[in-house]
Amino acid sequence: MRTHRVDVLVVGGGAAGMAAAAAAARVGARTVLVEEGARLGGVLDQCIHPGFGLHRYREELTGPEFAARLVAELDGVEAWTGQSLLAVDPNRPRARTVGSEGLVEIEAGAVVWAAGARERPLGALRVPGTRPAGLFVAGLAQRLVNIHGLLPGRRALVLGSGDIGLIMARRLHLEGVEVVGVVEIRPHPGGLLRNVVQCLDDFGIPLLLSHTVVEVHGRGRLTGVTLAEVDGAGAPQPGTERFVPVDTLIVSVGLVPEVEGVPFAPRDPATGGLAASTRLQTAVPWLFAAGNCLAPFDLVDTVATFGARAGTLAARHARGELSPAPRPVPVRMGRNVAALVPSSLVPGEEAILYLRAREPLDRARVTVGPDGPTRTARGVRPAEMIEVRLTAEETAAMACLQEVAVEVTALR
Amino acid sequence: MRTAVIGAGVVGALLARELCRYEGEVLLFERELDVGWGVTKANSAIVHAGFHERPGTASARFCVEGNALFPEVCGELAVPFQRIGAYVLALADGERAALEGLRARGEELGVPGLELVAGDEVRRRLPDVNPAVVAALWAPSVGITEPWALALAAVENACANGASLHVGEEVTGICLRAGRVRGVRTDRAAYDVDAVVNAAGLDADRVAALAGVPVPGLVPRRGEYLLLVDVPPSLRSAVLFPVPTPHSKGVLVVPTVDGGLLLGPTAADLAPEERDATETTTDGLAQALAGARRLVPGLPLGKVVKAFAGLRPEPRDGEFWLGETNVRGFYQAAGMRSPGLTAAPAIARWLAGGIAADLGLAPRASFRPLRPAPPRVAELPPEEWDALIARDPCYGRIVCRCNRVTEGEVVAAIRRGARTVDGVKFRTRAGFGRCQGGTCTDRILALLAREANAAPDEISLRGPGSALVVGRVR
Ligand SMILES: Cc1cc2nc3c(=O)[nH]c(=O)nc-3n(C[C@H](O)[C@H](O)[C@H](O)COP(=O)(O)OP(=O)(O)OC[C@H]3O[C@@H](n4cnc5c(N)ncnc54)[C@H](O)[C@@H]3O)c2cc1C
Ligand SMILES: Cc1cc2nc3c(=O)[nH]c(=O)nc-3n(C[C@H](O)[C@H](O)[C@H](O)COP(=O)(O)OP(=O)(O)OC[C@H]3O[C@@H](n4cnc5c(N)ncnc54)[C@H](O)[C@@H]3O)c2cc1C
Repeated sequence: MRTHRVDVLVVGGGAAGMAAAAAAARVGARTVLVEEGARLGGVLDQCIHPGFGLHRYREELTGPEFAARLVAELDGVEAWTGQSLLAVDPNRPRARTVGSEGLVEIEAGAVVWAAGARERPLGALRVPGTRPAGLFVAGLAQRLVNIHGLLPGRRALVLGSGDIGLIMARRLHLEGVEVVGVVEIRPHPGGLLRNVVQCLDDFGIPLLLSHTVVEVHGRGRLTGVTLAEVDGAGAPQPGTERFVPVDTLIVSVGLVPEVEGVPFAPRDPATGGLAASTRLQTAVPWLFAAGNCLAPFDLVDTVATFGARAGTLAARHARGELSPAPRPVPVRMGRNVAALVPSSLVPGEEAILYLRAREPLDRARVTVGPDGPTRTARGVRPAEMIEVRLTAEETAAMACLQEVAVEVTALR
Repeated sequence: MRTAVIGAGVVGALLARELCRYEGEVLLFERELDVGWGVTKANSAIVHAGFHERPGTASARFCVEGNALFPEVCGELAVPFQRIGAYVLALADGERAALEGLRARGEELGVPGLELVAGDEVRRRLPDVNPAVVAALWAPSVGITEPWALALAAVENACANGASLHVGEEVTGICLRAGRVRGVRTDRAAYDVDAVVNAAGLDADRVAALAGVPVPGLVPRRGEYLLLVDVPPSLRSAVLFPVPTPHSKGVLVVPTVDGGLLLGPTAADLAPEERDATETTTDGLAQALAGARRLVPGLPLGKVVKAFAGLRPEPRDGEFWLGETNVRGFYQAAGMRSPGLTAAPAIARWLAGGIAADLGLAPRASFRPLRPAPPRVAELPPEEWDALIARDPCYGRIVCRCNRVTEGEVVAAIRRGARTVDGVKFRTRAGFGRCQGGTCTDRILALLAREANAAPDEISLRGPGSALVVGRVR
């Protein structure tokens, strides 16, 4: 087995990992990035639609274009594609990887975990019925169409109205697939309003809110699904069932952070992702994290921002220049908050929090802790994360708190 | 002399292998595109101890004998077998007597190591178990295996010893002359044979009818399951049973050999014609969940990745149909209710011996019992993996991250007979993990197409009518 010594090892060559590696190299760290796929880019590579980079580059780019910009920033980074991370030593920053040239042990000063997220499979929803061909998680369908040039079916239904589901509905429609609708269990769409308009309304694709798939039919290939209306708690209502003949079901019911490679690092129970502080540092001081392995992000710009911060701080940690953090204060999801990253904040330092509201609000107030700082926000939608920046003074005032609850309330 | 075995489930596969210990030719017919896709692919995968069976029955005899054979057979065939033991949990004082009954029955059958354990001790050994447990029966000889892997390995070894496998070929007729078997007809060809074995699983009654052999009939009894992956080791230390009912062994919590956990099975009798009704149901899944939670209240349900169901071929007379029949040369290894998997190695050995004696077949001196397993990198020490990559770099390219399966292993599976995505999955475990193929299915599809020199729309999930894609984009 070969051994390789570096300052920073970055795992995952998506937006988060590339931004981390570039930032680490920029401050002088010897940096290796390992990516399992044959190319860099992660999910960006398969997202050929525009909508990336408005914040970071002030331009509307496609996923591959955005990825190409990040690749161009990888000056001084050794990027190994076709290289998989196998295991990380829980006791020190040392990892084993494999590629077509064999196993490589990498000794590092710090590790940035940026392995992204996987899609939740249909089986996890325990939908009864058969298990035929024709059931695809959205990302798989997206790769089949956009990367392999293959058509998954002729008549499709999309389960889940998050941005990925909406974008796949349009993509399949444009390829000549009859998309009979997008089904959403909640009473409001999961994705951006912009995407509902541009992906469904513009093409006459129906959106069925408060509905779900309650049975799958077909033995060889999918022949159809049974839909039903759900009540406020998401429970299917007897008597509302109807059969919809389709040969393809696109399943887009959520992303699950990919963190199994670091089983020793604590998880955030609310997101299932790695628990990290606003330094993007986990409880294991040499392990940093960024991107969808913390929680699913909807904007790649945010992912890249976090990635860069994780990379810079990892490089400083590797060189022994990062002062030990004061005790981080856990942040907790309070009223009307459905997601919150990172998991804790470092008092006395600037902090960026991202949160997702549970219910839409036209004007809202975000409160960080009792009597803590507040921010106002407009047009709050569950699909869009709200960014909350706190100053060093604001976080310093929280140093003695056991935890800080974040709330989103209506503002009149 | 030629013997045809109908059905390449675990029973037909092991039987074909045992028949290879004797002279004569063995033909194995399977109508599916691959081995082990019937009852063998959806069950609890437990190698039972035998204490659930009534003394004096064939189920009891072959279960106990089969259990004893498992280490040898799985060792020779390089198939996973883990003797992790089982607890039958009594959750109320009223259930203690049942444990005593099971122990007495097991001891009568010669089941080794049975032991009654007090509630406190059970809670100490199994921290996640329902705290209401009052006592348990510990059965150390219970094991877990990978049933389809056993069938696949047995077929490979049979073929290495001269048997011929005919997949995608359905037996449609049995030719009799003067009251004895002379041949079989399939949807492709006709073959002269001297003996036929009915190992046709859920369709054994139909195969029996082809020979005019009366049988009591089969009831498909559905068992539904939930599969969890990546569960903590504390939940995987042993198989957990409730106290059985007269109808079934109940809903269990069963570790799988690859780090998962099965919750189930339920038991619902279907109409005789519903032999492909392997769909899951709302009620069934709710029952599986409730039953499992009764044993382990705090199951990590976020780890559920799949629901599935299997059908038990329940013989109406409650007993395996084994051995010779009123038609000379027509034998059965059918009505394989649970514990059919456990019993299979012992039934195969016994029946092959009987057929050999009837046909006057001498032992085959050249029989080789060992099957070289294809490499599985997830189980190799680093130096061996490195050496493998040095020989073939494809073994360094991960295709399935969840279960650490490489391109080299996928290609090897295809070269060993996988023609479908399921064929690859069942051989390599690629796609069996936490993402359920969301990440690797397109890669496997591409490899299948490349190796078969076929168009992607010719590649199916599991045979005709299950294509994964319908063509190219415009
Ligand atoms: C379909 C879709 C549409 C989207 N649309 C938009 C949009 O319009 N605008 C926008 O701003 N954002 C969009 N996003 C969101 C944004 O693009 C993502 O959140 C972001 O790209 C995620 O980056 P990441 O680096 O965290 O993860 P990923 O891109 O998933 O990268 C993780 C990488 O890690 C690698 N990896 C994982 N495990 C290992 C291992 N063990 N060894 C080696 N490598 C490993 C993976 O192969 C992968 O390449 C979209 C996302 C999706 C899925
Ligand atoms: C829910 C459930 C749980 C179980 N749990 C356990 C357990 O934990 N332990 C245990 O020991 N046992 C268990 N069993 C029982 C065990 O799974 C079966 O006894 C065993 O798998 C039967 O194997 P088989 O080879 O007889 O049948 P199958 O695997 O069904 O094989 C028969 C094959 O014959 C083929 N075939 C049928 N007709 C024809 C034809 N005309 N021409 C060609 N091919 C044909 C079919 O395609 C099929 O592949 C369980 C069963 C179920 C359903």
